[in-house]
Amino acid sequence: MNEKFDAIVVGGGPSGNASAYTLAKAGFRVLQLERGEYPGSKNVQGAILYSDALERIIPDFRDDAPLERHLIEQRVWVLDDESCVGSTYRSAEFNKPPYNRYTIIRAQFDKWFSKKVQEAGALLICETTVTDLHMDGNCVVGVKTDREGGSIYADVVILADGVNSLLARKAGFRPELEPREVALAVKEIHFMPEETIHSRFNISGNEGVVIEMAGKITQGMVGTGFLYTNKESLTIGVGCLLSDFKKQSIPPYALLERMEAHPVIAPLLAGGEMKEYTAHLIPEGGYHSIPPIYGDGWMIVGDAGMFVNGVHREGSNLAMTTGRLAAETVIELRTENKPLTSRNLARYREKLDDSFVMKDLEKYKRLPAIVERNPQFFTSYPELLNRAAHTLIAVDGVDKKAKERSIRKSFVASRSRLGLLSDAFKLWRAFE
Amino acid sequence: MIRVEEKLFQNRYRVDAGRPHIHIGNPDVCAYGCKSKPCTVCCPAACYTQEGDGRVTLITDGCLECGTCRVICTEHRNVQWEYPRGGYGILFKFG
Ligand SMILES: Cc1cc2nc3c(=O)[nH]c(=O)nc-3n(C[C@H](O)[C@H](O)[C@H](O)COP(=O)(O)OP(=O)(O)OC[C@H]3O[C@@H](n4cnc5c(N)ncnc54)[C@H](O)[C@@H]3O)c2cc1C
Ligand code: SF4
Ligand code: SF4
Repeated sequence: MNEKFDAIVVGGGPSGNASAYTLAKAGFRVLQLERGEYPGSKNVQGAILYSDALERIIPDFRDDAPLERHLIEQRVWVLDDESCVGSTYRSAEFNKPPYNRYTIIRAQFDKWFSKKVQEAGALLICETTVTDLHMDGNCVVGVKTDREGGSIYADVVILADGVNSLLARKAGFRPELEPREVALAVKEIHFMPEETIHSRFNISGNEGVVIEMAGKITQGMVGTGFLYTNKESLTIGVGCLLSDFKKQSIPPYALLERMEAHPVIAPLLAGGEMKEYTAHLIPEGGYHSIPPIYGDGWMIVGDAGMFVNGVHREGSNLAMTTGRLAAETVIELRTENKPLTSRNLARYREKLDDSFVMKDLEKYKRLPAIVERNPQFFTSYPELLNRAAHTLIAVDGVDKKAKERSIRKSFVASRSRLGLLSDAFKLWRAFE
Repeated sequence: MIRVEEKLFQNRYRVDAGRPHIHIGNPDVCAYGCKSKPCTVCCPAACYTQEGDGRVTLITDGCLECGTCRVICTEHRNVQWEYPRGGYGILFKFG
């Protein structure tokens, strides 16, 4: 194949699909390459879909996208070994269409999105791994694949190849990932009858619940767990910084297994049938870990550019938004008859800076470092909170004032007064 | 003991027989140079095993293609990591 395309998109995840769709809709000749048997066959997500980012690309996605449940309730649990303290936010507002957040099953969702991309006119070739970028000096002019006949050319190559982005590293666009910049997440899907899910989570129809968890389940590592309701299945997973996995020497599947056996979690999973076990890295380095994202003839979108907001567990929406903005930059430059040089593609970065993507990542830019240096947020505090709740709630003949005193003492003993104060300050600085 | 094999058994793979996509660079570095051998603990599919004599063996058949072993081998950079050929490897039904 020695044809030349207007654009080559590497990857069929949400970022690549957003780019390819936007370009194809505008009449560009787009080639999209995906190494999996079908788009989604290599991809992992929790998965919560945020409507807004997709709506800006496919306004009527609700008509036929494979959506599992719309979310009406969010729980946050802080777990000790035996117990859990939590908050619940449930609102009738979330039960009014158009719904704001849905659970999805990624392999099915990516397939659907990809069908839209092909309907828009892009050419998709699966089962093809891009092995290298084709360079002319400093300029990317195409890609090499593991298929016969090798090179394919285009005016611009959009790297939507996910967190590992071997291509960006081989080309020297970015250094190797650091273990503290990524979380390793492991996840399972458990099938059970719809009625069981309805009764266990107090929901009906397509209503859904998500539970985010922290505390002892991560065994002292910085990380969180999650449990999401799908139509006829639950997904449960846990992710922690890779640097912590390395330090603590805990096998990820053992961590997940132990979490599933937690006395508060196990009853929700009981009787389910586990049908898949997955693992994936999540970019967690935030703002400071974002590599150069454009150059002569190339752009980086999605996880490959570390565009994940770990605080709010948002990734696919940043992927779709960066994918769309990269494509819109190319469309604008082409309309103005300008070449796709590094200088001109700088407009992509400007668009990102103007969007929620960079604004949010910039807002939390201090958090990764603070969390790394202050593991007590994931270790001592969950335990203290659970003990405090137990002390307050148990009726055991101790007067309430004495109980409060003992709780205060337990916090000070574990962190000191100054420590507590400085922790509060750090949190405030991180979220301000 | 948690048997990760039981979990992996639920997954679908198309194994590229005889063409593993990950290689250990220098086996001696694993055996004699790398003390903690984090890959043998942190690989979510337990593809790396520490043998009695300290050597590390790698069997990539159950690989989930996450990248952990490559990123975690910071001191020695001893993992040569590529994606499987197009169409091969893990095949998620749900993801
Ligand atoms: C456990 C977990 C839970 C998550 N939960 C959420 C959530 O609830 N909500 C949310 O919004 N986000 C969540 N995320 C993050 C979200 O999944 C990612 O941010 C998103 O998938 C990034 O999309 P992407 O298109 O950039 O990359 P990917 O989805 O990783 O897609 C990359 C694609 O490129 C292909 N590819 C890679 N290299 C090549 C190559 N050389 N040649 C050909 N093809 C190639 C891959 O096969 C893949 O299809 C979660 C992530 C994980 C791991
Ligand atoms: S971490 Fe690297 S050097 Fe150490 S045993 Fe594993 S592959 Fe070998
Ligand atoms: S890529 Fe992940 S699953 Fe595959 S061998 Fe490395 S650590 Fe194990």
